[in-house]
Amino acid sequence: MKTPVKLRVNGQAHEIFVEPRKTLADALRDDCGLTGTHLGCEHGVCGACTVLLDGDPVRACLMFAIQCQDMEIRTVEGLADGEELHPMQRAFWEKHGLQCGFCTPGFLMLAVGALERKPDMDEEELKEMLSSNLCRCTGYQNILAAVRAAQAEMQ
Amino acid sequence: MWVGRRLRRVEDPSLLRGEGRFVADVARGCGAIRFVRSPFARGRILSIEAPEEATVITADDLAEIPPVKPMLHRDDFIPVEQPILAKEQVTYAGQPIAAVIAPTFEEAEDLAEMVFVDIEPLDPVVDLDHALDETAPLVHPHVPANTVIDASLTTPGFDAAFHGAAYHVEIDVRSRRENATPLEARGSHAAFDPRENRVTLTASTQGPHMLRTALADLLGIPESELRVIAPDVGGAFGQKYSLAMEDVVTVWAARRFRRDVAWIEDRRENFASFHSRDQRYIVTGAFDESGKLRAMRADVRCNVGAYSCYPVTCGVEPLMAMAELPGPYDFRNYAVRSRAVASNACPIAPYRGVSRPVITLTLERLMDKAAARMGIDPVEIRRRNLVREFPYTSVTGLVYDQGSYVESLDRSVQLVDLERFRADQRAAWEQGRYIGIGFSTFSERTGYGTSAFAARKMDITLGYETIDLAMDPSGSVEVRVGASPHGQGLRTSLSQLVADELGIDPKDVRIVHGDTDRTPYGWGTFASRSMVVSGGATKLGATELRRRLADIASETLEAAVDDLQFHEGKVLVRGTDVGVPIRDLARLAYHRSDKLPPGEEPGLRVKATYDPAGTFSNACHVALVEVDLETGAVAVQRFVVVEDAGVLVNPMIADGQVHGGVAQGIASALYEELVYDSDGNLLTTSLMDYLPPTIAEVPLIEIDHLVSESDATITGAKGLGEGGTIGAPAAILNAITNALSPLGIEVNETPATPERIQKLIRQAQGAL
Ligand code: FES
Ligand code: FES
Repeated sequence: MKTPVKLRVNGQAHEIFVEPRKTLADALRDDCGLTGTHLGCEHGVCGACTVLLDGDPVRACLMFAIQCQDMEIRTVEGLADGEELHPMQRAFWEKHGLQCGFCTPGFLMLAVGALERKPDMDEEELKEMLSSNLCRCTGYQNILAAVRAAQAEMQ
Repeated sequence: MWVGRRLRRVEDPSLLRGEGRFVADVARGCGAIRFVRSPFARGRILSIEAPEEATVITADDLAEIPPVKPMLHRDDFIPVEQPILAKEQVTYAGQPIAAVIAPTFEEAEDLAEMVFVDIEPLDPVVDLDHALDETAPLVHPHVPANTVIDASLTTPGFDAAFHGAAYHVEIDVRSRRENATPLEARGSHAAFDPRENRVTLTASTQGPHMLRTALADLLGIPESELRVIAPDVGGAFGQKYSLAMEDVVTVWAARRFRRDVAWIEDRRENFASFHSRDQRYIVTGAFDESGKLRAMRADVRCNVGAYSCYPVTCGVEPLMAMAELPGPYDFRNYAVRSRAVASNACPIAPYRGVSRPVITLTLERLMDKAAARMGIDPVEIRRRNLVREFPYTSVTGLVYDQGSYVESLDRSVQLVDLERFRADQRAAWEQGRYIGIGFSTFSERTGYGTSAFAARKMDITLGYETIDLAMDPSGSVEVRVGASPHGQGLRTSLSQLVADELGIDPKDVRIVHGDTDRTPYGWGTFASRSMVVSGGATKLGATELRRRLADIASETLEAAVDDLQFHEGKVLVRGTDVGVPIRDLARLAYHRSDKLPPGEEPGLRVKATYDPAGTFSNACHVALVEVDLETGAVAVQRFVVVEDAGVLVNPMIADGQVHGGVAQGIASALYEELVYDSDGNLLTTSLMDYLPPTIAEVPLIEIDHLVSESDATITGAKGLGEGGTIGAPAAILNAITNALSPLGIEVNETPATPERIQKLIRQAQGAL
């Protein structure tokens, strides 16, 4: 049976009615209309669905929407400031960190979340962090280059 | 010049903002289709029972739709028909049997679970060698020995050359099953428009026009009743070119129920959508005293699964192997038998590189093995055998345009500092560390045009590309292309070509693709063809538009056409500052047609078609690896690519293709394998069992480009989308074999998992 849930996404309140089994990812996509969060596996491996939950990168396909009541959620749609891209978005653009772009929202949120928590990660830590998501197109080289470039700017 | 610049992609901003439009984004809120799939590899369907209130579609409902019958017009081919939904029998695990429709995806999933299909299981055959066994069950009763294609060829004089050779080196190479694993699985959304009695299908596809033809043919409707849109597509790598039976059902349901419906594939389903590789090559090379390859005998077997993919058929694997196995090596005597073998495994469809990763693996392992046998350096044996003079006609009649086979090898030897490595290696071996180096030199045939496809004798001859190009009255250019990119950045690179031709900024060029209503009929994006073929057509079109603009300008400026120059948005009289903005010429062409030169049509619209014979890129890959003797694990420490794909329109995009291609090649070499049990159940059904590499497994890829000037394409660009995947497995397996050479181990099977390597090590140690 559907339950009311209040989600705060990118600073905006969404009052939605969802079944308890509905994942956060599906709720964001279907009920909040935020389709930038992608589903690549729905079993917690690919990371395409990564969003920030109270600042931490999480797999939105592994959370139920009802678990996120009143929590602060950030999705890829909230990264840019109007016209102005987030440094991470700009770096991905400049370094060719995306091809098909399907994994990109997940990588952006993962990297932004991780670097906001720990701005001075070294190369090994960056790689370790990025190894939690899959990209099938880029071979990761330019993703790493982008994250490094954005890190410099975010500090 | 815009060509040659690392221009940022126009595709990116919307994708970065989460404003991409993938099929699942379009499918919100419409009727959801879920398929009920066979849990058995082979069996008889006894009954299908569903809850009464459910909307269920079975083969009986689709009685009017003929089966899919991909055709090759060859005597050595036996066609196989595939029903859209399984009828009376199931032929592989995962085959769609029924579809349910519900208001939401969740409900559709629940409902599908409640559909009970009673199946009497029969003994399946899933393994390649087993399928060829005399006692094996027949997958299709009308296909003897489960052999759908049995092609062969022997050059005159083969026997003498083969038997007269000094050395015979045999190799038996096996590649296991893989899945292309685009990060976005497949899916489609069919919107029914009752006013026009027309369906708009938004599908995650590489070839919207091809898909429209297939669907219209099967549904028996004119193509005009169907519009196919490829929205943003989340990777494809070949898997999204072949017809999905699910798409047929989706369009049928939208028409039947006069409503919008969608099918969004999940990851588990995608693992049984289309497979690839699963081949075995048994090859003997006959070499003379000097290490020159004189003759080759090959037995190629491809496990193509239960059905043939549409439109290219299951012939693409064995026939490509037969034609392209000689690779970059010059020899004149060849005998080959190449078979497509049916089994109760999931159907095979082309995946990046198609047969060439295995072709290259085989040839390159053969070269290393021969070198070891004859005591020649692996680099030297390649030098002695690589083609050097162009155009070169191969033993199978393929014409190689200008390339840099020897040069790319030499360059890569320099880049890795081979001598230094050999010294390090000796030291490492002494300390009990196993490091190795492996080379892989190969050709990558791209830009297959009509003539190349015609040779395959498919029902449908793919090949050409057409573009419509128009400059509007404001001076901006729109190019509508039949290619259908999905991550390759073609919009950006085509705009660079047009910009150079017309002396305008790429920002003023818009490329439109992926919509049958808005683009000319074309074959889509696959086989590393779009830059070559669509790029060629775009260049031809832009040249023609330039000619038209020059004619008008020549009248306006009272100057000879030959004296005109297109530069920064203006047409100038060479050597003066007299000129006219192109914008004004465009305005004039539409709004002042009274002023146009006589015979000049109003407006600025041209059409162009390009249909090259094909071209060959080439490359040399070098892998440096370390093998852990304890665990059998392989770490790739360095990976060097020296690539020659002719002119690079956007080197940033080209490098990205190499990176991604090599990552998939590394995946084939070391990690990815679809595993069936003996009953034909697929055991690898999640990303926890099937292992695409993460950043931790992919090393930095060092790229160097050589540029051969080839006139085989009018842009000078050769394709390069598949090269990374083609070359990497061979380089890595050669490197592992080299690392383990003190133990006398040969690694000839992909993926070279720790388990396999460990087993080889144990066998070798046991034998010591
Ligand atoms: S969709 Fe959530 S991890 Fe893959
Ligand atoms: S860009 Fe396609 S999956 Fe990462």
